Amino acid sequence: MNKLFKKYEKKLPLKVINDIKENIPKNINEAKLKKILEKTLIEYNKMLVQPGESVGLVSAESIGEPGTQMTLNTFHFAGVAEMNITMGLPRIIEILDGKKAIQTPMMEIYLKKPYNQGKNIKKLALSIKETTLKEVVSEFMVDIAESKIEVIFDEKKMKNMGLEYSAIQKSIKTNFKEIALSKKGNTITLKLNEKEKEFNQLFKVKEKIKDIYIQGIKGITQVLPIKKGSEFLIITAGTNLKKVLEFDFVDKIRIISNNIFEIANVLGIEAARQAIINEVYKVIQNQGLNVDIRHLMLVADTMCATGTIKGVTRYGVVKEKASVLARASFETPIKHIFNASLIGEVDHLNSVVENVMLNQPVPVGTGLPGLVTKVKRS
Amino acid sequence: MSEVYLNGKFVGAVENPAEFTENVRIERRKGIISENLNIYYDKAIGNVQISDNKGRLRRPLIVVKDGQPILTEDHIKKLQKNEISFSDLIKQGVIEYLDAAEEENAFIAFSREDLTKVHTHLELTPLAMVGLCTSLVPYANFSPGARISIGSKNQKQALGMYAINFPIRMDMDVNILQTPQIPIVQSVMHEVSNYNKHPSGQNIVVAVMSYKGYNVEDAVVINKASIDRGLGRSTYYRPAIAEELRYSGGLTDEISIPDKDVKGYKSEKDYKFLEKDGIISPEAKVKEDNVIIGKTSPPRFLSSMDQYNLAPSSRRESSVALKHGEQGIVDFVLITESSEGNRLIQVKIRDQRIPELGDKFTSRHGQKGVVGLIVDQADMPFTASGITPDLIFSPHGIPSRMTISHLIELIGGKVGALSSRYIDGTLFDVEPEEKLRKELLSLGFREDGCETMYNGVTGEQFEVNIFIGDIYYMKLKHMVANKIHARARGPIQLLTRQPTEGRAKEGGLRLGEMEKDTFVAHGASLLLKERFDADRTVIPICEECGMVAIHDKFKNRLFCSVCGDNVEINFIEISYAFKLLLDELKSLTVHPKLVLKNKY
Repeated sequence: MNKLFKKYEKKLPLKVINDIKENIPKNINEAKLKKILEKTLIEYNKMLVQPGESVGLVSAESIGEPGTQMTLNTFHFAGVAEMNITMGLPRIIEILDGKKAIQTPMMEIYLKKPYNQGKNIKKLALSIKETTLKEVVSEFMVDIAESKIEVIFDEKKMKNMGLEYSAIQKSIKTNFKEIALSKKGNTITLKLNEKEKEFNQLFKVKEKIKDIYIQGIKGITQVLPIKKGSEFLIITAGTNLKKVLEFDFVDKIRIISNNIFEIANVLGIEAARQAIINEVYKVIQNQGLNVDIRHLMLVADTMCATGTIKGVTRYGVVKEKASVLARASFETPIKHIFNASLIGEVDHLNSVVENVMLNQPVPVGTGLPGLVTKVKRS
Repeated sequence: MSEVYLNGKFVGAVENPAEFTENVRIERRKGIISENLNIYYDKAIGNVQISDNKGRLRRPLIVVKDGQPILTEDHIKKLQKNEISFSDLIKQGVIEYLDAAEEENAFIAFSREDLTKVHTHLELTPLAMVGLCTSLVPYANFSPGARISIGSKNQKQALGMYAINFPIRMDMDVNILQTPQIPIVQSVMHEVSNYNKHPSGQNIVVAVMSYKGYNVEDAVVINKASIDRGLGRSTYYRPAIAEELRYSGGLTDEISIPDKDVKGYKSEKDYKFLEKDGIISPEAKVKEDNVIIGKTSPPRFLSSMDQYNLAPSSRRESSVALKHGEQGIVDFVLITESSEGNRLIQVKIRDQRIPELGDKFTSRHGQKGVVGLIVDQADMPFTASGITPDLIFSPHGIPSRMTISHLIELIGGKVGALSSRYIDGTLFDVEPEEKLRKELLSLGFREDGCETMYNGVTGEQFEVNIFIGDIYYMKLKHMVANKIHARARGPIQLLTRQPTEGRAKEGGLRLGEMEKDTFVAHGASLLLKERFDADRTVIPICEECGMVAIHDKFKNRLFCSVCGDNVEINFIEISYAFKLLLDELKSLTVHPKLVLKNKY
């Protein structure tokens, strides 16, 4: 049995062979297995792309054509609350251009077994959310005469978030070292020292302390626990994959972020490649369009081939093109030609665009094969 | 206090804005304040906007006081007797013009019956809501607004008679419909606007059915016999103009039959229609390339020798000739002077345009279509009484566009034609459809407008009754004869050696970037090369410096202007546009070096 598989190992990819191994009945006879493998091989070869096929261009057309039918600026609402996510063409452009700051960063945090049953889910969610001082304060009082600020806290909110006054005092202290703090009931009083007694300074400090970070994860501005199927999960606006993975209630395998650069940084380029495919495919399916996933794989491969994410722009993928003429024919031609002339770049005319410019057969399809013959020297 | 703005600029404040606005209006009606001023009190924001600037859209309304219009029977009688005019009514404050802003403060009654105490204005007529062109659409209140405005836009492109003195005018691009008719189904605006004195369409019999698929996708099938009887026949006029310009050094253009020695002389037969004075004679039948006005110009650049050598051989041919694909008959010749005092020749050429495949026709309801097939009358379907339609309209044009007015006009036209009267289709004031149907029934037809019809080819009766009636159709100015264009070989541009662009220059049809991509995607590499061979050139390249070398064909000598004789020079085949790019790079001080390699 294993011998037979060994024979096909070179002809079929490992994944296919493993799939067959998993799915065949236990007591299959050799002749039948051979039939299966033979049939698989035929099908596999059928699906292979012919040499010289212009896969890149076909991918571009296959993604570009449905793109013209896409509805612009559609927002997809995740869950009940008003959390929306960029979808449609703007999202695809965002991904393929390799934009670092995306419009609506978002995470879907799946939870581990006991936590995903919904118990205390709100508290878990709030512990992830980035909380600033102003969110737990009910009133700021500025005393100009005494040059002090009284911060009155909302005890109910603090209890909900499980906050302690000492923690808040600590974080204020780390941000403003010269300020004297005193606590009385639900009020913390900040007193400026003598040097900074100026009137303006008082207001500046008041504005600054509003944004003091108290707890949660930086970058996550909104949390939303929702029920999906039989389990609960948390959807967040804003991403911080690295910090979220540190929590032990988070299911580290299923967690999703839509920030591709973050994925590349935290999980590596292969994960980012998969994320590009998933994100683009999600948009295309959402629009009710049908694009073969292999086209997206090719695009994602091109974007990630160098180890970092390169957008399909003149600063990204196009910059990597070997041909000067191909680069010049895209955008900013003068820049490319001058730079090429400075270092004496050579264009070997190996790709499509340059050959079209020179009106030579393009090296794809029928233009690819060459004739090998001995030339008689006379 | 409410702020008051005049044309958007702050001018002051008033204590009681509502009273202030009302007072302004009263004074305007009295004629103390200009009738062109509009005032609007914005209750939500609490300010007053006064405008009297240009460009506001305004419309007339009858002023209403205590639920009664100020316009009385007395006014109307006087109007009819021509004792007072419309502008008198405005001066008296009976009628006033409101702009979009002041309309917000008004409460306008649609008709007199609707008037209540709270109304401030009354429509002159519901028809006044729309413009002139839109009011020419009959039964417009039965169709979606979008279709009505398309219909009114289409009417502007219809051929008719734009001016009575067209035979003596010299206008560009003129179309005259030869036998225009007054529409059977009209609105009052047809009479008021004198449309009936210069109509721009014809009443024709239209059957709503399909005809062998030749009227799918908004096409129409036309009866050949109808065309022979003059349906949609128009005349196209175009002037040819030549001016004897004066140049420096006392040189002038000369209008005459060009001498054979002239630079750029065409073939002799192109000049055959010219008379002695170099101008064509009226009623000459001209085809493409025929010269209409013979003209020669002095040479463009005078060298010192040329100044004394004004032999005809140095002059340039600059005649006015019919362009590629054009034809016609010379209508009349006008010899006059331009504003600079130069002799000016204008020749008007006329061309009869008989409807052909691809010409555009439309009803007045945004139901435009192009001719898909011209059928012999013998093959057209016919009714039991022997009527054959002039035009067959596809029923698929109706459901998605919902132009019910088109269908009602078919019935209305039928009733009007049978009972020899005009049908009133004025917006919101139409002859009711019920009445038309009853009349049709009394005339001996089915009240739904359908008739038993027979297949013109086989003579078999159709299984269903066909909706057939009379409707006003117009020929639009977009005609195939003005647009048809194809090219295999032809002129090229001097700079790039690529084909010229556009029909006027007999240009090529561009195979664009995306079309190119489809060839690449198919892997049809060599076909792609062939398609782009239009500017193919073979040039010698110096292997030493990689730049274009020189081939002296007379001495059969190859040399490089940089490296001299003793270098290897080989020919390569590239597009001329790339050679141009290399030259342009050189002018940018970039040295593009071609490194040659044996292809095989």
